[in-house]
Amino acid sequence: MEMERQNDLNLKATELRLGLPGSDEQPEKRNNKRASSDMDNSSDGEKGDRECAPPTKTQVVGWPPIRSYRKNVIQAKKTEVDAAGMYVKVSMDGAPYLRKVDLKVHKSYPELLKALQNMFKCTIGVYSEREGYDGSEFAPTYEDKDGDWMLVGDVPWEMFSTSCKRLRIMKGSEAKGLGCL
Amino acid sequence: MSHDPAEMSEDDERAPPADRGRAEYASPHADQVLENVLENVLVFLTCRRDRNSVSLVCKSWCRAEALTRPELFIGNCYAVSPARATERFERVRSVALKGKPRFADFSLLPPDWGAHFAPWVSAMAGAYPGLEKVYLKRMSVTDEDLAVLARSFPRFKELALVCCEGFGTSGLAVVASHCRQLRVLDLIESEVTDDEVDWISCFPDGATSLESLIFDCVECPINFDALEKLVARSSSLKKLRLNIYVCIGQLYRLMIRAPQLTHLGTGSFSPSEIVQQGDQEPDYASAFAACRSLVCLSGFREIIPDYLPAIYPVCANLTSLNFSYANINAEQLRSVISRCHKLQIFWVLDSICDEGLQAVAATCKDLRELRVFPIDAMENNEGPVSDVGFLAIAEGCRKLQSILYFCQQMTNAAVIAMSNNCPDLVVFRLCIIPRYQADRITEEPMDEGFGAIVKNCKKLTRLAVSGLLTDRAFSYIGQYGKLVQTLSVAFNGDSDMGLKYVLEGCSSLQKLEIRDSPFGDSALLSGLHHYYNMRFLWMSSCRVTRRGCREIARQMPGLVVEVFSWNNNAQDRGEENDIVETLYMYRSLARRVDAPKYVEIL
Repeated sequence: MEMERQNDLNLKATELRLGLPGSDEQPEKRNNKRASSDMDNSSDGEKGDRECAPPTKTQVVGWPPIRSYRKNVIQAKKTEVDAAGMYVKVSMDGAPYLRKVDLKVHKSYPELLKALQNMFKCTIGVYSEREGYDGSEFAPTYEDKDGDWMLVGDVPWEMFSTSCKRLRIMKGSEAKGLGCL
Repeated sequence: MSHDPAEMSEDDERAPPADRGRAEYASPHADQVLENVLENVLVFLTCRRDRNSVSLVCKSWCRAEALTRPELFIGNCYAVSPARATERFERVRSVALKGKPRFADFSLLPPDWGAHFAPWVSAMAGAYPGLEKVYLKRMSVTDEDLAVLARSFPRFKELALVCCEGFGTSGLAVVASHCRQLRVLDLIESEVTDDEVDWISCFPDGATSLESLIFDCVECPINFDALEKLVARSSSLKKLRLNIYVCIGQLYRLMIRAPQLTHLGTGSFSPSEIVQQGDQEPDYASAFAACRSLVCLSGFREIIPDYLPAIYPVCANLTSLNFSYANINAEQLRSVISRCHKLQIFWVLDSICDEGLQAVAATCKDLRELRVFPIDAMENNEGPVSDVGFLAIAEGCRKLQSILYFCQQMTNAAVIAMSNNCPDLVVFRLCIIPRYQADRITEEPMDEGFGAIVKNCKKLTRLAVSGLLTDRAFSYIGQYGKLVQTLSVAFNGDSDMGLKYVLEGCSSLQKLEIRDSPFGDSALLSGLHHYYNMRFLWMSSCRVTRRGCREIARQMPGLVVEVFSWNNNAQDRGEENDIVETLYMYRSLARRVDAPKYVEIL
């Protein structure tokens, strides 16, 4: 299926990055720093209170000085920021209440659609670039950051998951208008 | 927010004075009259520093003071044994105990180190049947301890657990059900295990005396119906801080039942998942408007900014606002903060950026305390807040007394500006996240900035430094920081001279915590004249050796010198010249009997 390709290599190949192709390194930081035995500055070194392993040289435990409680809460928040559309509301025409789905959990369109079909016990059918979900009983649509209603599947997965604010599963007959733009 | 009781008596580490022969020639009868009179006078003495002075006059005064001291404050639970404390002070109604050193918050203290409440509660159970209040900070508290507490003190009224751990909802259930006169149950930044016990339902039926119920740190779902009924039958309730499991719809229901609230923690501040389509949402703004006495707002744990306008009606009266769990940007903040003219305490995430801080500076002219926490705790080149926002605050909030500021970049100029503009600063804690980071513009060390703070802020008692600092910074601190009581140092300094300057100069120093700084035995030994005046000294990942620590222990028997080995093997202690991982030493009238295997007491 076309969508299965879209969420993977295609995007990475065209993505702009600093550094050599194939490397995933972060850019070099400006080095105002004096040499120190703790060269690696990953703050993920702060583990929960219960670990009694000695601090290794590559971790900086307890820096910056933020209480574990606050750090855990804020870490969760940070992942919210990084992907604005993580937990999104899903409504389906005719259903009495909304559901929520975590876009981070599903790494691709097929997975998401499968989850939606399970959640609402409906069939969504197959996406095609030309026809949309033509022929299906239901079509998944989403509201993006600009407030526009779009058909799910048109854009690469990464772009979709970061711009999707909420989902709506429309009756197939109503979705026709979106599919043929 | 931190919870410091208003009037708690000082450390009682000082030993009773030696017998002074000259006062004892009066007849016993006159002595007894004097003591009775004295007791009647001393009941009016609330300040613990004064009480300590009184207790040093003579034995008779010491006795009288001990009999009339109602509030016991023990700043280090290992400074004195429970038996000794309860023997000296007989009629105590309120106890405050502090346990672990602060660096425990940052995972620098191995687990199971100590600070157990158990021996204390058991001693108090026998000695203080009339006990009414307990305040614990960084103590290890078990459900069993809470059960002993709940059963031993029939008049018990106030329990505050700050940064504690070791207990769960079952312990809370026992307190709720047995402490019939409970007015205050404050759980602040504590770890509470979810035993799946419905503790909210355990409060007795009928009207309660509850004035404060703070449980925002309790990460377990609660029985909302029970909570609603509890709030409805607690007409004295003034402080209510909900946890993240209370959604905004539920918040509304609670608020309309408790318009008398002065302090509110809003819980998640977003709707729950299940929303009936077509349902109208309640008028949240009217609920806030009805709370005319609301002065302190916090929570916003999963805030959806669309709901922010609901709090507009209370902004004009707010003196304290805690947005430190709310991921909002400058614009979203501005709409709120521009209405908060009376704000004195403000905690926030750096998601508001320098721009947001400028908005704060523009409106909050009465600001006394500011805390800016980072969303991203990694060391980066740039961050959302910097010296720019810091300078705006310095220029706009002249009455500032306390600041805690996390950032990626800072300049000496901005810090110097704050030292000049904010003469009332008592607490200055600046955390430049990238270690050894120099001035953003001049690339100089941050010595001059911190130097200006200690020099110009004449009321400064608490200081935390960061960034690239040479020994010069510490010479300034030693020279000008005469009132500094608490100093935190991390990844700073060049040589032993840095620590020497501090130990020789800072005559008021009580608490010194240092990590990852190149201070060794020579510096350690330069503080011998002062260590009995201090509550504690913590040094981790520095250059002190076992030999140096042992020398301290030898010369100062009134100190407990703890050295931590990271391996648990008691035999494998290491050589005398080995650098110790952690040194924690404190004045004490007792020896620790409950130290874990990895702690060596020299």
